[in-house]
Amino acid sequence: MPRITAYEPAGAGPVRRLRSPFTIRQWSVRHARFLERLYTFFADILLGLHPLWRALGYGRVERPVKSVEQVVKGFLFDCRMCGQCVLSDTGMSCPMNCPKGLRNGPCGGVRANGNCEVEPDMPCVWVEAWSGSRQMAGGDHIQNVQPPLRQSLRGTSSWLRATAERAAREEAARAGGADAP
Amino acid sequence: MSRIVPYDPSAPLPRKPGHTSRGRLERVLRRGEFAVTAELNPPDSADPEDVYERAAVFEGWVDGINATDGSGANCHMSSMGICALLSRIGFATVMQISCRDHNRIAIQGNVLGGAAMGVANFLCLTGDGVQAGDQPDAKPVFDLDSISLLNTLRTMRDESRFLSGRKITTPPQIFIGGAINPFAPPYDYRPLRLAKKIAAGAQFVQSQYCYDIPMLERYMDRVRDLGLHRQCYILIGVGPLASARAARWIRSNVPGVHIPDPIIERLEGATDQKREGKRICIDLIQQIREIEGIAGVHMMAYRQEELVAEIVHDSGILKGRQPWHRGMDTDPETALEEVLEEVQST
Ligand code: SF4
Repeated sequence: MPRITAYEPAGAGPVRRLRSPFTIRQWSVRHARFLERLYTFFADILLGLHPLWRALGYGRVERPVKSVEQVVKGFLFDCRMCGQCVLSDTGMSCPMNCPKGLRNGPCGGVRANGNCEVEPDMPCVWVEAWSGSRQMAGGDHIQNVQPPLRQSLRGTSSWLRATAERAAREEAARAGGADAP
Repeated sequence: MSRIVPYDPSAPLPRKPGHTSRGRLERVLRRGEFAVTAELNPPDSADPEDVYERAAVFEGWVDGINATDGSGANCHMSSMGICALLSRIGFATVMQISCRDHNRIAIQGNVLGGAAMGVANFLCLTGDGVQAGDQPDAKPVFDLDSISLLNTLRTMRDESRFLSGRKITTPPQIFIGGAINPFAPPYDYRPLRLAKKIAAGAQFVQSQYCYDIPMLERYMDRVRDLGLHRQCYILIGVGPLASARAARWIRSNVPGVHIPDPIIERLEGATDQKREGKRICIDLIQQIREIEGIAGVHMMAYRQEELVAEIVHDSGILKGRQPWHRGMDTDPETALEEVLEEVQST
Protein backbone atom coordinates (compact mmCIF):
# COMPACT_ATOMS: atom_id res chain seq x y z
CA MET A 1 0.00 0.00 0.00
CA PRO A 2 1.48 3.35 -0.98
CA ARG A 3 2.19 5.80 1.80
CA ILE A 4 -0.14 8.75 1.94
CA THR A 5 2.09 11.72 1.09
CA ALA A 6 1.63 15.14 -0.40
CA TYR A 7 3.14 13.89 -3.66
CA GLU A 8 0.45 13.97 -6.36
CA PRO A 9 1.62 12.92 -9.78
CA ALA A 10 -0.54 14.41 -12.54
CA GLY A 11 -2.93 15.74 -9.96
CA ALA A 12 -3.94 12.27 -8.78
CA GLY A 13 -3.74 11.85 -5.03
CA PRO A 14 -2.73 8.54 -3.44
CA VAL A 15 -6.29 7.56 -2.63
CA ARG A 16 -7.37 8.09 -6.22
CA ARG A 17 -4.32 6.19 -7.45
CA LEU A 18 -5.12 3.30 -5.12
CA ARG A 19 -8.63 3.16 -6.47
CA SER A 20 -7.48 3.51 -10.05
CA PRO A 21 -9.19 0.80 -12.05
CA PHE A 22 -6.71 1.16 -14.89
CA THR A 23 -3.66 -0.41 -13.27
CA ILE A 24 -4.55 -4.02 -13.95
CA ARG A 25 -6.08 -3.25 -17.29
CA GLN A 26 -2.80 -1.62 -18.30
CA TRP A 27 -0.78 -4.52 -16.93
CA SER A 28 -2.78 -6.83 -19.22
CA VAL A 29 -1.99 -4.70 -22.24
CA ARG A 30 1.70 -4.67 -21.37
CA HIS A 31 1.58 -8.46 -21.16
CA ALA A 32 -0.54 -8.90 -24.26
CA ARG A 33 1.89 -11.42 -25.74
CA PHE A 34 1.78 -13.63 -22.69
CA LEU A 35 -2.02 -13.41 -22.41
CA GLU A 36 -2.35 -14.24 -26.09
CA ARG A 37 -0.38 -17.47 -25.57
CA LEU A 38 -2.30 -18.25 -22.41
CA TYR A 39 -5.59 -17.80 -24.21
CA THR A 40 -4.59 -20.03 -27.13
CA PHE A 41 -3.63 -22.75 -24.64
CA PHE A 42 -6.83 -22.31 -22.69
CA ALA A 43 -9.03 -22.23 -25.79
CA ASP A 44 -7.60 -25.60 -26.82
CA ILE A 45 -8.53 -27.06 -23.43
CA LEU A 46 -12.07 -25.73 -23.77
CA LEU A 47 -12.24 -27.25 -27.22
CA GLY A 48 -10.94 -30.55 -25.87
CA LEU A 49 -13.80 -30.49 -23.39
CA HIS A 50 -16.34 -30.00 -26.19
CA PRO A 51 -17.75 -33.56 -25.81
CA LEU A 52 -18.30 -32.86 -22.11
CA TRP A 53 -20.03 -29.53 -22.79
CA ARG A 54 -22.18 -31.24 -25.38
CA ALA A 55 -23.07 -34.10 -23.06
CA LEU A 56 -24.01 -31.71 -20.27
CA GLY A 57 -25.70 -29.37 -22.73
CA TYR A 58 -24.19 -26.00 -23.66
CA GLY A 59 -27.29 -24.31 -22.28
CA ARG A 60 -26.82 -25.87 -18.87
CA VAL A 61 -23.11 -25.03 -18.47
CA GLU A 62 -23.66 -21.48 -19.71
CA ARG A 63 -24.37 -20.05 -16.24
CA PRO A 64 -21.37 -21.40 -14.32
CA VAL A 65 -18.91 -20.83 -17.19
CA LYS A 66 -20.21 -17.33 -17.68
CA SER A 67 -19.70 -16.54 -13.99
CA VAL A 68 -16.10 -17.69 -14.12
CA GLU A 69 -15.50 -15.77 -17.35
CA GLN A 70 -16.98 -12.65 -15.84
CA VAL A 71 -14.75 -12.77 -12.79
CA VAL A 72 -11.52 -13.62 -14.62
CA LYS A 73 -11.96 -11.20 -17.50
CA GLY A 74 -13.50 -8.59 -15.26
CA PHE A 75 -10.36 -8.65 -13.15
CA LEU A 76 -7.87 -8.66 -16.02
CA PHE A 77 -9.56 -6.43 -18.59
CA ASP A 78 -12.50 -4.69 -16.88
CA CYS A 79 -14.56 -6.90 -19.21
CA ARG A 80 -18.12 -5.73 -19.84
CA MET A 81 -19.46 -9.13 -20.99
CA CYS A 82 -20.48 -8.06 -24.46
CA GLY A 83 -20.58 -11.74 -25.36
CA GLN A 84 -18.52 -11.30 -28.54
CA CYS A 85 -14.99 -11.06 -27.27
CA VAL A 86 -12.48 -9.39 -29.60
CA LEU A 87 -9.59 -9.04 -27.14
CA SER A 88 -7.28 -11.05 -29.38
CA ASP A 89 -7.88 -8.50 -32.17
CA THR A 90 -7.55 -5.47 -29.92
CA GLY A 91 -4.22 -5.86 -28.20
CA MET A 92 -5.89 -7.24 -25.05
CA SER A 93 -7.52 -3.87 -24.36
CA CYS A 94 -11.28 -4.29 -23.98
CA PRO A 95 -13.00 -1.94 -26.47
CA MET A 96 -16.21 -1.97 -24.46
CA ASN A 97 -14.43 0.28 -21.97
CA CYS A 98 -14.38 2.97 -24.63
CA PRO A 99 -17.21 5.34 -23.64
CA LYS A 100 -18.37 5.22 -27.24
CA GLY A 101 -18.09 1.44 -27.36
CA LEU A 102 -15.95 1.67 -30.50
CA ARG A 103 -14.90 -1.77 -31.70
CA ASN A 104 -12.96 -0.76 -34.79
CA GLY A 105 -10.36 1.72 -33.65
CA PRO A 106 -9.94 5.09 -31.96
CA CYS A 107 -12.18 8.06 -32.61
CA GLY A 108 -10.68 11.37 -33.69
CA GLY A 109 -11.01 12.92 -30.25
CA VAL A 110 -8.09 11.25 -28.47
CA ARG A 111 -6.26 13.86 -26.39
CA ALA A 112 -2.65 14.77 -27.12
CA ASN A 113 -1.59 12.94 -23.93
CA GLY A 114 -3.26 9.76 -25.18
CA ASN A 115 -6.24 10.03 -22.85
CA CYS A 116 -9.87 9.69 -23.74
CA GLU A 117 -11.96 12.56 -25.05
CA VAL A 118 -14.92 11.63 -22.86
CA GLU A 119 -13.06 10.50 -19.72
CA PRO A 120 -10.09 12.85 -19.41
CA ASP A 121 -8.42 10.71 -16.73
CA MET A 122 -8.65 7.42 -18.58
CA PRO A 123 -6.05 6.33 -21.12
CA CYS A 124 -7.84 5.84 -24.46
CA VAL A 125 -8.52 2.12 -24.78
CA TRP A 126 -7.45 2.26 -28.42
CA VAL A 127 -4.12 3.88 -27.72
CA GLU A 128 -3.61 0.94 -25.36
CA ALA A 129 -4.94 -1.50 -27.92
CA TRP A 130 -2.46 -0.31 -30.51
CA SER A 131 0.49 -0.71 -28.16
CA GLY A 132 -0.73 -4.13 -27.00
CA SER A 133 -1.24 -5.31 -30.56
CA ARG A 134 2.38 -4.45 -31.42
CA GLN A 135 3.55 -7.19 -29.07
CA MET A 136 1.19 -9.90 -30.16
CA ALA A 137 1.85 -12.54 -32.81
CA GLY A 138 -1.60 -11.84 -34.23
CA GLY A 139 -1.26 -8.10 -33.74
CA ASP A 140 -2.28 -7.28 -37.28
CA HIS A 141 -5.77 -8.55 -36.50
CA ILE A 142 -6.37 -5.01 -35.27
CA GLN A 143 -7.10 -4.31 -38.95
CA ASN A 144 -10.00 -6.80 -39.03
CA VAL A 145 -13.27 -4.96 -39.69
CA GLN A 146 -15.50 -5.91 -36.76
CA PRO A 147 -19.22 -6.25 -37.45
CA PRO A 148 -21.65 -4.26 -35.30
CA LEU A 149 -22.22 -5.68 -31.84
CA ARG A 150 -25.10 -8.13 -31.53
CA GLN A 151 -26.96 -6.71 -28.56
CA SER A 152 -28.81 -9.99 -28.02
CA LEU A 153 -25.57 -11.74 -27.06
CA ARG A 154 -24.74 -9.35 -24.22
CA GLY A 155 -24.13 -11.09 -20.95
CA THR A 156 -23.47 -14.50 -22.49
CA SER A 157 -20.24 -16.48 -22.36
CA SER A 158 -18.09 -15.80 -25.35
CA TRP A 159 -15.71 -18.61 -24.35
CA LEU A 160 -18.45 -21.18 -24.81
CA ARG A 161 -19.72 -19.65 -28.02
CA ALA A 162 -16.23 -19.52 -29.50
CA THR A 163 -15.69 -23.15 -28.47
CA ALA A 164 -18.99 -24.33 -29.95
CA GLU A 165 -18.32 -22.45 -33.17
CA ARG A 166 -14.80 -23.78 -33.47
CA ALA A 167 -16.00 -27.35 -32.80
CA ALA A 168 -18.69 -26.96 -35.45
CA ARG A 169 -16.14 -25.63 -37.94
CA GLU A 170 -13.77 -28.50 -37.29
CA GLU A 171 -16.54 -31.05 -37.58
CA ALA A 172 -17.64 -29.51 -40.87
CA ALA A 173 -14.06 -29.60 -42.13
CA ARG A 174 -13.72 -33.24 -41.10
CA ALA A 175 -17.02 -34.13 -42.77
CA GLY A 176 -15.88 -32.25 -45.87
CA GLY A 177 -12.55 -34.09 -45.77
CA ALA A 178 -14.29 -37.49 -45.46
CA ASP A 179 -16.50 -36.72 -48.45
CA ALA A 180 -13.54 -35.87 -50.62
CA PRO A 181 -12.22 -38.75 -52.71
CA MET B 1 -31.14 14.08 -74.86
CA SER B 2 -31.09 16.03 -71.65
CA ARG B 3 -30.88 19.18 -73.74
CA ILE B 4 -34.32 18.54 -75.17
CA VAL B 5 -35.96 18.26 -71.76
CA PRO B 6 -35.59 21.47 -69.73
CA TYR B 7 -32.68 21.08 -67.34
CA ASP B 8 -33.74 20.25 -63.82
CA PRO B 9 -30.95 21.20 -61.42
CA SER B 10 -32.11 18.78 -58.77
CA ALA B 11 -32.17 15.77 -61.08
CA PRO B 12 -29.27 13.41 -60.52
CA LEU B 13 -26.70 13.38 -63.28
CA PRO B 14 -26.44 10.39 -65.58
CA ARG B 15 -24.22 7.82 -63.95
CA LYS B 16 -20.85 7.39 -65.60
CA PRO B 17 -19.10 4.06 -65.96
CA GLY B 18 -17.02 3.24 -62.91
CA HIS B 19 -18.84 5.79 -60.77
CA THR B 20 -20.93 4.71 -57.83
CA SER B 21 -22.97 7.90 -57.48
CA ARG B 22 -24.73 10.33 -59.74
CA GLY B 23 -23.31 13.39 -58.04
CA ARG B 24 -20.92 16.14 -58.97
CA LEU B 25 -18.39 15.67 -56.19
CA GLU B 26 -17.42 12.19 -57.37
CA ARG B 27 -17.03 13.49 -60.92
CA VAL B 28 -14.78 16.36 -59.89
CA LEU B 29 -12.57 14.06 -57.85
CA ARG B 30 -12.37 11.32 -60.45
CA ARG B 31 -11.45 13.91 -63.05
CA GLY B 32 -8.41 14.67 -60.90
CA GLU B 33 -9.50 18.20 -60.15
CA PHE B 34 -8.48 19.76 -56.79
CA ALA B 35 -11.83 19.69 -55.01
CA VAL B 36 -13.24 22.08 -52.42
CA THR B 37 -15.97 21.18 -49.99
CA ALA B 38 -17.35 23.38 -47.22
CA GLU B 39 -19.23 22.86 -44.02
CA LEU B 40 -22.51 24.67 -43.59
CA ASN B 41 -23.19 26.05 -40.14
CA PRO B 42 -26.60 24.49 -39.39
CA PRO B 43 -29.24 26.97 -38.19
CA ASP B 44 -31.05 26.73 -34.86
CA SER B 45 -34.30 27.46 -36.58
CA ALA B 46 -37.07 25.93 -38.66
CA ASP B 47 -36.78 28.53 -41.39
CA PRO B 48 -35.62 27.17 -44.76
CA GLU B 49 -34.40 30.64 -45.73
CA ASP B 50 -31.72 30.38 -43.05
CA VAL B 51 -30.32 27.36 -44.86
CA TYR B 52 -30.50 28.97 -48.29
CA GLU B 53 -28.81 32.13 -47.03
CA ARG B 54 -25.98 30.17 -45.47
CA ALA B 55 -25.51 28.12 -48.62
CA ALA B 56 -25.55 31.17 -50.89
CA VAL B 57 -22.08 32.29 -49.78
CA PHE B 58 -20.64 28.99 -51.06
CA GLU B 59 -22.42 28.98 -54.39
CA GLY B 60 -20.01 28.77 -57.29
CA TRP B 61 -17.03 28.24 -54.98
CA VAL B 62 -17.34 24.71 -53.65
CA ASP B 63 -17.98 21.24 -55.07
CA GLY B 64 -19.95 19.96 -52.11
CA ILE B 65 -21.64 21.29 -49.00
CA ASN B 66 -21.41 19.26 -45.81
CA ALA B 67 -24.55 19.16 -43.71
CA THR B 68 -23.39 18.37 -40.18
CA ASP B 69 -25.24 15.96 -37.94
CA GLY B 70 -25.36 17.49 -34.49
CA SER B 71 -21.68 18.46 -34.66
CA GLY B 72 -20.01 18.97 -31.31
CA ALA B 73 -23.03 17.16 -29.82
CA ASN B 74 -25.11 20.32 -30.08
CA CYS B 75 -28.68 20.45 -31.34
CA HIS B 76 -29.22 22.08 -34.74
CA MET B 77 -31.33 21.49 -37.81
CA SER B 78 -30.74 17.90 -38.92
CA SER B 79 -28.40 16.97 -41.75
CA MET B 80 -31.34 15.25 -43.41
CA GLY B 81 -33.39 18.47 -43.38
CA ILE B 82 -30.56 20.60 -44.70
CA CYS B 83 -29.82 18.13 -47.48
CA ALA B 84 -33.48 17.99 -48.45
CA LEU B 85 -33.58 21.78 -48.83
CA LEU B 86 -30.29 22.11 -50.66
CA SER B 87 -30.59 19.14 -52.98
CA ARG B 88 -33.94 20.29 -54.29
CA ILE B 89 -32.33 23.36 -55.82
CA GLY B 90 -29.34 21.50 -57.16
CA PHE B 91 -26.54 21.82 -54.60
CA ALA B 92 -24.23 18.86 -54.19
CA THR B 93 -24.56 17.86 -50.56
CA VAL B 94 -22.53 15.66 -48.27
CA MET B 95 -24.87 14.22 -45.68
CA GLN B 96 -23.07 13.53 -42.42
CA ILE B 97 -24.20 10.62 -40.28
CA SER B 98 -23.00 10.38 -36.72
CA CYS B 99 -23.18 7.13 -34.77
CA ARG B 100 -23.89 9.03 -31.59
CA ASP B 101 -27.53 9.76 -32.30
CA HIS B 102 -29.00 6.96 -34.39
CA ASN B 103 -29.08 3.22 -34.19
CA ARG B 104 -28.73 0.93 -37.20
CA ILE B 105 -32.45 0.98 -37.95
CA ALA B 106 -32.60 4.79 -38.15
CA ILE B 107 -29.35 5.07 -40.07
CA GLN B 108 -30.25 2.65 -42.84
CA GLY B 109 -33.62 4.32 -43.25
CA ASN B 110 -31.99 7.75 -43.47
CA VAL B 111 -29.57 6.57 -46.12
CA LEU B 112 -32.42 5.39 -48.33
CA GLY B 113 -34.35 8.60 -47.67
CA GLY B 114 -31.35 10.81 -48.32
CA ALA B 115 -30.42 9.02 -51.52
CA ALA B 116 -34.02 9.27 -52.72
CA MET B 117 -33.84 13.06 -52.27
CA GLY B 118 -30.77 13.25 -54.44
CA VAL B 119 -28.02 13.19 -51.84
CA ALA B 120 -25.07 11.56 -53.57
CA ASN B 121 -22.46 11.75 -50.82
CA PHE B 122 -22.56 10.39 -47.31
CA LEU B 123 -19.97 10.95 -44.60
CA CYS B 124 -19.71 8.30 -41.88
CA LEU B 125 -18.67 9.65 -38.49
CA THR B 126 -18.34 8.35 -34.98
CA GLY B 127 -19.52 11.64 -33.53
CA ASP B 128 -18.28 13.65 -30.56
CA GLY B 129 -19.26 12.37 -27.13
CA VAL B 130 -22.43 13.86 -25.63
CA GLN B 131 -20.33 15.51 -22.93
CA ALA B 132 -19.01 17.98 -25.53
CA GLY B 133 -22.32 19.62 -26.36
CA ASP B 134 -25.32 21.38 -24.94
CA GLN B 135 -27.13 18.16 -23.94
CA PRO B 136 -24.64 16.27 -21.77
CA ASP B 137 -27.43 14.19 -20.25
CA ALA B 138 -28.47 12.64 -23.54
CA LYS B 139 -28.21 8.89 -24.01
CA PRO B 140 -25.30 8.20 -26.35
CA VAL B 141 -26.29 5.59 -28.93
CA PHE B 142 -23.11 4.40 -30.67
CA ASP B 143 -24.85 1.29 -31.96
CA LEU B 144 -22.42 1.24 -34.91
CA ASP B 145 -18.96 2.77 -35.15
CA SER B 146 -17.62 4.75 -38.09
CA ILE B 147 -16.11 1.68 -39.71
CA SER B 148 -19.07 -0.64 -39.34
CA LEU B 149 -21.16 2.28 -40.59
CA LEU B 150 -19.03 2.54 -43.74
CA ASN B 151 -19.41 -1.17 -44.22
CA THR B 152 -23.17 -0.93 -43.76
CA LEU B 153 -23.52 1.72 -46.45
CA ARG B 154 -21.38 -0.23 -48.85
CA THR B 155 -23.41 -3.39 -48.23
CA MET B 156 -26.61 -1.48 -48.95
CA ARG B 157 -25.20 -0.04 -52.16
CA ASP B 158 -23.25 -2.98 -53.56
CA GLU B 159 -25.24 -5.94 -52.33
CA SER B 160 -28.70 -4.34 -52.32
CA ARG B 161 -29.45 -5.53 -48.83
CA PHE B 162 -29.81 -4.24 -45.30
CA LEU B 163 -27.50 -5.40 -42.51
CA SER B 164 -30.13 -7.99 -41.64
CA GLY B 165 -29.88 -9.46 -45.12
CA ARG B 166 -33.31 -8.26 -46.24
CA LYS B 167 -33.40 -7.12 -49.83
CA ILE B 168 -33.40 -3.49 -50.99
CA THR B 169 -35.32 -3.18 -54.24
CA THR B 170 -33.50 -0.08 -55.51
CA PRO B 171 -30.12 0.37 -53.83
CA PRO B 172 -28.79 3.87 -53.06
CA GLN B 173 -26.30 5.18 -55.63
CA ILE B 174 -23.87 6.90 -53.32
CA PHE B 175 -20.30 8.05 -52.86
CA ILE B 176 -19.17 7.01 -49.40
CA GLY B 177 -16.83 9.02 -47.21
CA GLY B 178 -15.23 8.89 -43.80
CA ALA B 179 -13.25 11.17 -41.53
CA ILE B 180 -9.58 11.07 -40.60
CA ASN B 181 -7.63 12.80 -37.88
CA PRO B 182 -3.89 12.58 -38.51
CA PHE B 183 -3.34 14.94 -35.58
CA ALA B 184 -4.47 12.72 -32.68
CA PRO B 185 -2.70 9.78 -31.02
CA PRO B 186 -1.89 6.97 -31.66
CA TYR B 187 -0.05 8.77 -34.48
CA ASP B 188 1.61 5.75 -36.04
CA TYR B 189 -1.70 3.90 -36.17
CA ARG B 190 -3.57 6.70 -37.97
CA PRO B 191 -2.47 5.75 -41.53
CA LEU B 192 -3.48 2.15 -40.86
CA ARG B 193 -6.80 3.38 -39.61
CA LEU B 194 -7.30 5.03 -43.00
CA ALA B 195 -6.45 1.68 -44.61
CA LYS B 196 -9.11 0.06 -42.46
CA LYS B 197 -11.66 2.68 -43.46
CA ILE B 198 -10.86 2.06 -47.11
CA ALA B 199 -11.25 -1.68 -46.55
CA ALA B 200 -14.66 -0.96 -45.02
CA GLY B 201 -15.78 1.10 -48.01
CA ALA B 202 -14.48 4.69 -47.76
CA GLN B 203 -14.04 6.27 -51.20
CA PHE B 204 -13.16 9.72 -49.91
CA VAL B 205 -12.15 11.12 -46.54
CA GLN B 206 -12.30 14.57 -45.02
CA SER B 207 -9.87 15.39 -42.24
CA GLN B 208 -10.06 17.24 -38.97
CA TYR B 209 -8.63 20.82 -39.01
CA CYS B 210 -5.02 20.86 -40.13
CA TYR B 211 -2.74 23.47 -38.58
CA ASP B 212 0.42 21.39 -38.50
CA ILE B 213 1.95 20.81 -41.94
CA PRO B 214 4.98 18.76 -40.81
CA MET B 215 2.67 16.38 -39.00
CA LEU B 216 0.46 16.08 -42.07
CA GLU B 217 3.52 15.43 -44.21
CA ARG B 218 4.63 12.58 -41.97
CA TYR B 219 1.15 11.10 -42.16
CA MET B 220 1.02 11.43 -45.93
CA ASP B 221 4.46 9.85 -46.34
CA ARG B 222 3.12 6.74 -44.69
CA VAL B 223 -0.15 6.94 -46.62
CA ARG B 224 1.77 7.00 -49.89
CA ASP B 225 4.00 4.11 -48.77
CA LEU B 226 0.84 2.11 -48.25
CA GLY B 227 -0.55 3.32 -51.59
CA LEU B 228 -3.71 4.56 -49.90
CA HIS B 229 -3.85 7.87 -51.80
CA ARG B 230 -4.59 5.87 -54.93
CA GLN B 231 -7.53 4.05 -53.35
CA CYS B 232 -9.27 6.98 -51.74
CA TYR B 233 -9.60 10.75 -52.26
CA ILE B 234 -8.14 12.64 -49.32
CA LEU B 235 -9.52 16.08 -48.50
CA ILE B 236 -7.79 18.03 -45.76
CA GLY B 237 -9.79 20.14 -43.34
CA VAL B 238 -8.87 23.81 -43.06
CA GLY B 239 -10.44 26.89 -41.55
CA PRO B 240 -9.59 30.47 -40.60
CA LEU B 241 -9.09 31.19 -36.91
CA ALA B 242 -10.88 34.36 -35.79
CA SER B 243 -8.36 35.31 -33.09
CA ALA B 244 -5.71 33.92 -30.78
CA ARG B 245 -8.32 33.71 -28.05
CA ALA B 246 -10.67 31.71 -30.26
CA ALA B 247 -7.80 29.42 -31.22
CA ARG B 248 -6.99 28.74 -27.57
CA TRP B 249 -10.62 28.06 -26.82
CA ILE B 250 -10.96 25.63 -29.72
CA ARG B 251 -7.77 23.87 -28.77
CA SER B 252 -8.96 23.13 -25.26
CA ASN B 253 -12.67 22.64 -25.87
CA VAL B 254 -13.20 21.01 -29.26
CA PRO B 255 -12.22 17.34 -29.18
CA GLY B 256 -9.45 16.33 -31.55
CA VAL B 257 -8.24 19.75 -32.74
CA HIS B 258 -4.50 20.27 -32.63
CA ILE B 259 -3.25 23.86 -32.98
CA PRO B 260 0.53 24.26 -32.50
CA ASP B 261 1.85 27.23 -30.51
CA PRO B 262 3.55 28.99 -33.47
CA ILE B 263 0.14 29.45 -35.12
CA ILE B 264 -1.26 31.07 -31.98
CA GLU B 265 1.84 33.23 -31.61
CA ARG B 266 1.50 34.37 -35.20
CA LEU B 267 -2.10 35.40 -34.52
CA GLU B 268 -1.13 37.19 -31.32
CA GLY B 269 1.59 39.14 -33.08
CA ALA B 270 -0.78 40.51 -35.73
CA THR B 271 -2.56 43.83 -35.46
CA ASP B 272 -5.63 42.53 -37.27
CA GLN B 273 -6.02 39.00 -35.94
CA LYS B 274 -8.99 38.13 -38.10
CA ARG B 275 -7.09 39.04 -41.25
CA GLU B 276 -4.05 37.15 -40.09
CA GLY B 277 -6.27 34.12 -39.45
CA LYS B 278 -7.41 34.26 -43.04
CA ARG B 279 -3.83 34.68 -44.24
CA ILE B 280 -2.71 31.64 -42.22
CA CYS B 281 -5.53 29.63 -43.74
CA ILE B 282 -4.48 30.57 -47.28
CA ASP B 283 -0.84 29.72 -46.51
CA LEU B 284 -1.88 26.35 -45.15
CA ILE B 285 -3.99 25.58 -48.22
CA GLN B 286 -1.13 26.45 -50.51
CA GLN B 287 1.20 24.15 -48.63
CA ILE B 288 -1.38 21.37 -48.49
CA ARG B 289 -1.91 21.57 -52.23
CA GLU B 290 1.78 20.81 -52.80
CA ILE B 291 1.67 17.53 -50.86
CA GLU B 292 1.41 14.53 -53.16
CA GLY B 293 -1.71 12.45 -52.72
CA ILE B 294 -4.08 15.15 -51.53
CA ALA B 295 -7.23 15.54 -53.59
CA GLY B 296 -8.74 18.67 -52.12
CA VAL B 297 -9.58 20.75 -49.09
CA HIS B 298 -12.56 20.77 -46.78
CA MET B 299 -13.35 24.28 -45.50
CA MET B 300 -14.71 24.56 -41.98
CA ALA B 301 -14.99 28.29 -41.51
CA TYR B 302 -17.26 28.18 -38.51
CA ARG B 303 -19.08 31.52 -38.17
CA GLN B 304 -16.79 33.03 -40.82
CA GLU B 305 -18.41 31.31 -43.78
CA GLU B 306 -18.43 34.54 -45.73
CA LEU B 307 -14.63 34.24 -45.97
CA VAL B 308 -14.71 30.93 -47.83
CA ALA B 309 -15.12 32.44 -51.29
CA GLU B 310 -12.24 34.88 -50.70
CA ILE B 311 -9.98 32.20 -49.32
CA VAL B 312 -10.70 29.84 -52.21
CA HIS B 313 -10.15 32.69 -54.66
CA ASP B 314 -6.98 34.07 -53.09
CA SER B 315 -5.37 30.67 -52.70
CA GLY B 316 -5.87 29.97 -56.39
CA ILE B 317 -6.70 26.29 -55.87
CA LEU B 318 -9.50 26.21 -58.43
CA LYS B 319 -7.12 27.29 -61.20
CA GLY B 320 -9.90 29.16 -62.97
CA ARG B 321 -12.39 26.32 -62.70
CA GLN B 322 -15.83 27.35 -61.57
CA PRO B 323 -17.84 24.92 -59.45
CA TRP B 324 -21.58 24.59 -59.97
CA HIS B 325 -23.89 27.50 -59.32
CA ARG B 326 -27.50 28.15 -60.18
CA GLY B 327 -27.96 29.28 -63.72
CA MET B 328 -25.21 27.05 -65.02
CA ASP B 329 -27.52 25.43 -67.53
CA THR B 330 -26.00 22.01 -67.12
CA ASP B 331 -22.97 20.33 -65.69
CA PRO B 332 -20.14 21.59 -67.91
CA GLU B 333 -18.62 18.18 -68.23
CA THR B 334 -21.90 16.55 -69.19
CA ALA B 335 -22.38 19.16 -71.88
CA LEU B 336 -18.89 18.55 -73.23
CA GLU B 337 -19.42 14.82 -73.27
CA GLU B 338 -22.70 15.10 -75.08
CA VAL B 339 -21.00 17.15 -77.78
CA LEU B 340 -18.23 14.57 -78.04
CA GLU B 341 -20.74 11.74 -78.27
CA GLU B 342 -22.57 13.56 -81.03
CA VAL B 343 -19.35 14.15 -82.92
CA GLN B 344 -18.43 10.49 -82.59
CA SER B 345 -21.81 9.26 -83.75
CA THR B 346 -21.73 11.36 -86.93
S1 SF4 C 1 -10.76 8.71 -27.03
FE1 SF4 C 1 -10.49 6.47 -27.17
S2 SF4 C 1 -11.59 5.62 -25.43
FE2 SF4 C 1 -12.28 7.75 -25.65
S3 SF4 C 1 -14.09 7.67 -26.93
FE3 SF4 C 1 -12.40 7.97 -28.35
S4 SF4 C 1 -11.73 5.90 -28.93
FE4 SF4 C 1 -13.05 5.67 -27.13
